[in-house]
Amino acid sequence: MKGRLRLRAACAVACALLSGLCLWAGLARAQSLVADISSHLIAITTGFTGTDVVLFGAVDGPGDVAVVVQGPEGPVTVRRKDRVAGVWINNDKLEFDKVPSFYGVATSMPLEGVVAPAVLQRHEIGLDHVRMLPEMRVAAEKVSEFRAALIRNKQRLGLYGTEVGQVLFLGQRLFRTTIYFPANVPTGLYTVSVFLIRNGDVVSAQTTPLSVSKIGFSADIFDFAQRRSMLYGLTGIALAVAAGWLAGTVFRRS
Amino acid sequence: MQVYLPIAEISVNALLLLGLGGLVGFLSGLFGVGGGFLMTPLLIFIGVPPAVAVGTQANQLVGASVSGVLAHWRKRNVDIKMGVFMLAGGGLGTVLGVWIFGRLQALGQIDLVISITYVVFLGTVSSLMLTESVRTMLRGRKAGAASRGKLHHHTWLHGLPFKTRFNRSRLYISGLLPVGIGFVGGLLVAIMGIGGGFLLVPAMIYLLGMPTALVAGTSLFQIIFTTGIAAFLQAASNRTVDIMLALLLLVGGVIGAQFGTRAGAHLRGEQARALLALMVLAVAVKLLVDLLVTPEDLYSFTATVGS
Repeated sequence: MKGRLRLRAACAVACALLSGLCLWAGLARAQSLVADISSHLIAITTGFTGTDVVLFGAVDGPGDVAVVVQGPEGPVTVRRKDRVAGVWINNDKLEFDKVPSFYGVATSMPLEGVVAPAVLQRHEIGLDHVRMLPEMRVAAEKVSEFRAALIRNKQRLGLYGTEVGQVLFLGQRLFRTTIYFPANVPTGLYTVSVFLIRNGDVVSAQTTPLSVSKIGFSADIFDFAQRRSMLYGLTGIALAVAAGWLAGTVFRRS
Repeated sequence: MQVYLPIAEISVNALLLLGLGGLVGFLSGLFGVGGGFLMTPLLIFIGVPPAVAVGTQANQLVGASVSGVLAHWRKRNVDIKMGVFMLAGGGLGTVLGVWIFGRLQALGQIDLVISITYVVFLGTVSSLMLTESVRTMLRGRKAGAASRGKLHHHTWLHGLPFKTRFNRSRLYISGLLPVGIGFVGGLLVAIMGIGGGFLLVPAMIYLLGMPTALVAGTSLFQIIFTTGIAAFLQAASNRTVDIMLALLLLVGGVIGAQFGTRAGAHLRGEQARALLALMVLAVAVKLLVDLLVTPEDLYSFTATVGS
């Protein structure tokens, strides 16, 4: 219910801004692409269950639009299980240097085959083109094997999109798309990149930041646990003892 | 009602957690064990990262043990001296266990070790417990309360040095025995996220020869401290204790435990032991199967530790 209301509010904002954008797009011909998102902050509160962010924008003429959302990058270790003495244990591993914690892509039409792979590669448009560099030099075969496994695992967690989203054009100039962030979305600074593609090449691009952070009670707890971990540990024990004692005493009387 | 768990970083239904806590609490009250061996796998199953499940479980067990020990305390069913001896070993085992846990986490083998220790310890203890209790039941049926056999077997365990008198338990045994049992228990607290009651209780009965009435209370008394040490160390060094999760489980757990304790009064000792053994055995078999069956995905990933 709350989510739907929020979405409706986001749409209303989007519409208002879009009409503004129309006027503006007419005036400012020099800029071939403008876009923005309905919210630049995703607040993970105690009741957070995932959220939608609406991206909208305008282009000055024909062309296709691609939207790429990337979460903060970090090193990741991928491990493969092998059967050793009948038991499946983690055996081989490969470490990747910079892996986006979250990745989603939406386009107004399928780009594979239309746009040169080198272009898609450069802008990391599409799961096949996300940049993941292994920390060590290893055989290309192994890299692609572990890379595919990592993407598959990320998809299972809902952190990488399983399919290319749809960028919808409203008329000739205006477009919009919805990006979904699940409840387990990693925190940090995200980038939302919008590309305008004409004749098989990117002619214009815009990048918008998006912050995902814990807000309120859950943020306080997280900070407490990170910054004053010893005191946090003692607090946890004290709370547990108090709860146990209380229960033991209350139930004795009844 | 969804709740976002700040350390586990997932969103879970609060009622589900209360229910899980209540169910495991009931069983732990019924059988006089902490129930960690059920809760940790369940938490992992609903998506809590294994390390957070183990750390949080240690914290949760502190509360559950306090609530459980109160009832035994009132009936004077706690042998404090024995508990303190076990604690000496338990503290040491816990500290070592948390360190091992951190090392294994860095090596990417923690899940394997958790699974294997579960299978080995749970499997062995439950099989032994099951055969013993079934034998007792059969014997009881055949000849009523016939001879219990020799009350006191003399083994090499009784030849150990540092003989100490434990008045409450009416035992005169080597002090090294409870210390050693406590040490193993402490290791398990840290590595498996369990109180270790399922191991301590039979060890205290069969190895120490303690009166059954004192065993549950004394082991709980000892578990309060080992789980407390483990919870503190996991929070301080691995940052894997989720207070929110622990409290939700506790609320369900302590209430469930009270009902379980009452229900337990209607169970005969060997019946309770047989049921507990079956349950533990089921968990061990499940984990063993998971180790042997080809996993759905051979690959897994973790954010690289130490960055």
